[in-house]
Amino acid sequence: MLAKRVIPCLDVAGGRVVKGRHFRALVDQGDPVALAQAYAAAGADELVFLDIEATVEGRATLLELVRRVARQVFIPLTVGGGVRSADDIRDVLRAGADKASIQTAAVADPDLVSRAARAFGSQCVVVAIDAGRRGPGWQLHTHGARVPTGIDAVAWAVRMQELGAGELLLTSIDADGTRQGYDLEFTRAVADRVSIPVIASGGAGQPQDLVAVFQEGHADAALAASIFHQDRWSIAAVKAELAAAGVAVRR
Amino acid sequence: MIGLVDHGAGNLASVANALDHLEVTWRPVHDAGELEGVTAAILPGVGAAGAAMASLRAGGLDDGLRRFCASGRPYLGICVGLQLLFERSAEDGAAGLGILAGEVVRIPTAAKLPHVGWNTVEHVGGGWLGPFDGDAFYFTHSYVVAPTDRALVAAVTDHGARFVSAIEHGSIFGVQFHPERSGPRGLELLAAFCRAADPVTDAHAR
Repeated sequence: MLAKRVIPCLDVAGGRVVKGRHFRALVDQGDPVALAQAYAAAGADELVFLDIEATVEGRATLLELVRRVARQVFIPLTVGGGVRSADDIRDVLRAGADKASIQTAAVADPDLVSRAARAFGSQCVVVAIDAGRRGPGWQLHTHGARVPTGIDAVAWAVRMQELGAGELLLTSIDADGTRQGYDLEFTRAVADRVSIPVIASGGAGQPQDLVAVFQEGHADAALAASIFHQDRWSIAAVKAELAAAGVAVRR
Repeated sequence: MIGLVDHGAGNLASVANALDHLEVTWRPVHDAGELEGVTAAILPGVGAAGAAMASLRAGGLDDGLRRFCASGRPYLGICVGLQLLFERSAEDGAAGLGILAGEVVRIPTAAKLPHVGWNTVEHVGGGWLGPFDGDAFYFTHSYVVAPTDRALVAAVTDHGARFVSAIEHGSIFGVQFHPERSGPRGLELLAAFCRAADPVTDAHAR
């Protein structure tokens, strides 16, 4: 039986792991390679590196970091943040990443998703969807959640699947950084509308939040950052709570 | 010497990193000539079968791999590298190498596709996968092999439907999952292939 995945996210800036509350107020969290090794050894199912600066200089630093991590960590790696073109995707894959996460560029150029899927396979194309609640639905945001697009996020998710996305990474900009739990309604609204795997993100503060996003949010994977940083919760402890609640996890 | 067959779509890096970590010596293989120089071959595959086949043909590797497998030298196909062993793929109607009889079909399941994540393998035949019965490996795919000869099925996995997750036929091995991305057990599985395939290389490993 396919296990639900627990995915630590490493927000990277200037070669270090940072974490922002509502995408701001960065706090230095530690060396990415050391953290990646520790997470893999502790049972992380995958790792996501998010380049939250996405500057030209930062990109070279990030790719070098991915190269170093890929030589020592043998679980799937995803790189996101500032992935704007097929060349960017090729660069992160060549550095040793297994998947690239596209967000803002997919809005500016939706065909990038289908070109990337044809060139590299859908399995490496993750489309990141940042959304905030608006009325009865959720609105797609871009540029690190700063810019509302007026596009319905659920409809956008369906379109990204049609264009060849292999997975969707959903982030609730309302829940992100609050540690008050995932946006279960948003996650479920998307997960029930698409046939590709959905990774929920934003708001995890304790193991029960992951239980809820799998059981009530219908997520296939849960991404979390600060819950794992500074040993707040171990991955093993989170997986133990998931297993106790009846969620299939890899132990 | 183990050769890593490059079909241009990437993913050499992951397997190369894993072999380096295992201190197994290897060299990249781009064409039929280079394939003749290796004693065992690994074909790491991601992406679509059709694109991979086109790239193999360009280097004469389609005939090269047929001769290689016929010669009894050990071959390990990973993901698309497994699928290419068969006659054709329903993914894009692409012809495969046709080294083994059977087809590549979409997983007949009501569950989500692509099948992405860690799933367990159940050992059902052959010797190689035996020690890994019940272990979890990382998968990312929508298509699976359907061998005509069920005797070569080495392992099966359940994703709303049971599918073939590994095959073994003489010196030909294939896994639908990614051992290079499956943590310590994945590395051990790769090491087991390398030991069996190329004991000389292993003995002289750094």
